[in-house]
Amino acid sequence: MAIFNLNINGETKEVDVDPATPMLWVLRDHINLVGTKYGCGIAQCGACTVHLGDNAVRSCQLPVSAVGKQKITTIEGLSEHGDHPVQKAWLEIDVPQCGYCQAGQIMSASALLKRTPNPSDEEIESAMNGNICRCGTYTRIKKAIKTAASSENV
Amino acid sequence: MGRRAFIKNTSLASGGLVLGFSILNSCKSEQAKEMAVREMPKEWFEMNSYLKIGDNGVVTIYTPNPEFGQNIRTSMPMLVAEELDVDWKNVLVEQAPYHADKYGFQFTGGSRGISARWEPLRMAGATARQMLIAAAAETWQVPKEEVTAEAGVLQHAATKKSAGYGEMASVAATLTVPEEVQLKEVKDFKLVSRSQKNVDAKSIVTGRPLFGMDIQDEGMLIAMIEHPPAFGLTLKSVDGEAAKAMPGIKDVVTIKSFKDGYEKGGFDTNAFPELVAIVGNSTWEVMQAKKKLKVEWQPITAYSETIAGFGGKETINIPAGLESTTTHKSQMEALAAKPGKVVRKDGNPEVAFKNATTILERSYSAPFLAHNNMEPLNAFAHVAGDKAKIAAPIQIPSLIIPTIASSLGIPKENIEMDLPRMGGGFGRKAYAHFVVEAALISQKVNAPIKLVYSREDDMTNGIYRPSYHATYRAAFDENNNLTALHVKAGGVPESPLFANRFPAGAIDNYMAEEWTIDSNITIGAFRAPRSNFMAGAEQAFLDEVAETMGKDAIQFRLDLLKRAKENPVGERNDYDADRYTGVLELVREKSAWKENDATKHRGVSAYFCHNSYAAHVLDLKMENGKPVVEKVVCAIDCGVVVNPDAATNMAEGAITDGIGNAFYGELTFQDGVPQKNNFHQYQMIRINDAPKEIDVHFVQNEIDPTGMGEPPFPPVFGAVANALYKATGQRHYEQPFITDKPPLVG
Repeated sequence: MAIFNLNINGETKEVDVDPATPMLWVLRDHINLVGTKYGCGIAQCGACTVHLGDNAVRSCQLPVSAVGKQKITTIEGLSEHGDHPVQKAWLEIDVPQCGYCQAGQIMSASALLKRTPNPSDEEIESAMNGNICRCGTYTRIKKAIKTAASSENV
Repeated sequence: MGRRAFIKNTSLASGGLVLGFSILNSCKSEQAKEMAVREMPKEWFEMNSYLKIGDNGVVTIYTPNPEFGQNIRTSMPMLVAEELDVDWKNVLVEQAPYHADKYGFQFTGGSRGISARWEPLRMAGATARQMLIAAAAETWQVPKEEVTAEAGVLQHAATKKSAGYGEMASVAATLTVPEEVQLKEVKDFKLVSRSQKNVDAKSIVTGRPLFGMDIQDEGMLIAMIEHPPAFGLTLKSVDGEAAKAMPGIKDVVTIKSFKDGYEKGGFDTNAFPELVAIVGNSTWEVMQAKKKLKVEWQPITAYSETIAGFGGKETINIPAGLESTTTHKSQMEALAAKPGKVVRKDGNPEVAFKNATTILERSYSAPFLAHNNMEPLNAFAHVAGDKAKIAAPIQIPSLIIPTIASSLGIPKENIEMDLPRMGGGFGRKAYAHFVVEAALISQKVNAPIKLVYSREDDMTNGIYRPSYHATYRAAFDENNNLTALHVKAGGVPESPLFANRFPAGAIDNYMAEEWTIDSNITIGAFRAPRSNFMAGAEQAFLDEVAETMGKDAIQFRLDLLKRAKENPVGERNDYDADRYTGVLELVREKSAWKENDATKHRGVSAYFCHNSYAAHVLDLKMENGKPVVEKVVCAIDCGVVVNPDAATNMAEGAITDGIGNAFYGELTFQDGVPQKNNFHQYQMIRINDAPKEIDVHFVQNEIDPTGMGEPPFPPVFGAVANALYKATGQRHYEQPFITDKPPLVG
């Protein structure tokens, strides 16, 4: 066990855990931020996607000891009032079915738009291919990303 | 005239608190923030089990069925709100807990949610509205026939009196429940059939706790299970000392899911009733310690058991042994070559085949499939003494309650169960063995626990879509007319056959046979059970029959349906030829279908199941040797569509799901061991393989709603197969269609 001071959603959180613990479980079991989801544990489904700095990463493969002072943003911290352009677009298109994968989808999509504000279909497919949606909402996900891209202040 | 309906359901009697406990208090939705009325009421008045009205007019509607993505948490309350006639912006939705007396059969599955609730939920709203009108009439001393109730406001025109529902709710809640109420006609709907946004969308996109997996409770421990690595094995012994010595671990226990002699129900399916459970402080610690378990397994012995299912009691045989896919395939081919059990016979198929000028024979097969819900199986349980509090993300709560009570040795009445949102279901979460396991683990360690299956545990635990095989034969005379059709279908361990579905009824000489192969690999419902295979086989075969006859694929189907309507063959045909024709005509129009269209590689497919009709036209092209689905046009007849945009979303999902499973879906076995255990091995459809465009249309009618979640799924497999043929020149008979090996050619 070791103590880590983590910068999560702009706040410092102290946890005392095994250094090998993936951020996914630090978030879910120790900080009570359960919006980040467990889907596969091997970085194949994208349900656990968070931002490390500006990059979308799979938190199930990110040991807490590797985080250091880097900022972590989870779905709960993406915006203060759930009004990030990607979240707004998700509501406008009414994307979710079961909803379990959607936090990961939104975190991947928001990281994409930060680096590529007007992505092509191919760029969307390439950036979002690591996120599985078992309900099959992909056509709406693509539509929502384009809606968000066309809105201001992404 | 509105429809008259009489109150049969005791749940409409008022009184009593709706909720006992709620472990999901932390899961409060974001809906309140979006309401027109910003303040919560000071006092609530319960009108019936399904709704309560606040003193300021805010209405809370309890949605009875568990949600796993159909958006019934929006569409079911819409039915109540429509008849109550209240501003949708002033409605809050809460999930009802399991409570059979108040909410009847809380079953989400079989595409029956909306159709089963269509009348009761509207009755709940209409009853409350009538009671509000009676309260206003009494208060104002006017005839109740002169009081109107609309958009949350009661009015008496002659005296110009007016009051909000909230002002009359306290009086209304004390009145006798009326014995009969008038329901609106479809044409008078103001909310139903108009798209409403998902009431949970804001909570979902902001990561609020909603799912079973998200539950936290004071003192809650995490539990995981270790099940046998192969079907055909059971627990022999466990040495948990090394695991127990790991950090954060509280205990290692064994559990037995059924009491000896317990008569199982149809949803008690469980390949591994004896398990090792490991319990600790956190998920990661338990995952690490689980690797240190030393477990010995032993072969099962063959047994038979009687199951009390939906269709009555039946005996099933579970063989011993470690099964492999290669063996299943040769067993299936052997049985396909022998006579099966004749389920239906019209005319004289034997003579027709004997006299045929040509015979077309084709065989189709499909592997086992894992459901692979994004949320792995999980359940919360806190058993203390003879009481149990449970939060179960499951599809049929009432059917697992007797098992939990028996296994724990407590009265059924002492079990309280909340129904958190499920991260997918697709049939898998109808089988709630994991809830029994959670309860037993909690009882053994005497603490609240959340049982979490790892992805690997989830994928290798069983209850799969069975492996199927079907052989179709068609006889033609010298003029290339279709004279007979013969289908023989079977599977491991169930037959997929629906003998009385199309094209039965449309062909003079018809025969349907089936066979089965016993297996110890557990199977269960998977989105449109059996139909999800038969539709693909049948629709691919009919495509080849039409081609043989030189007919257009859609016109050929329409001709058969015309025959089935005008002069049906046989006593019992399960489908309505008019509605079937309707979806084919609609998809033909909306896809701008042309005969012999050389500009596109198009496949058509249509199917009837769960009382609804769906047809697809799928356009596909080959790019770098890989199929790309350019567009799918879909036509559905499911009666009245309650929430059109949500239904469209579900149809889009069914199409994408079907393409994914047709392309890639497969679980194979070697000596009882599932050969895939996570998404690096089990290929799921991803965004790059999803259709570039999906265009969904509904037949407009006023038929009471029929199924929606499942019907658009089965015909996708046929549309994919038929479009692949157009794009590649090769027929595809064996699912999955995309593998490393070249596709089989008939």
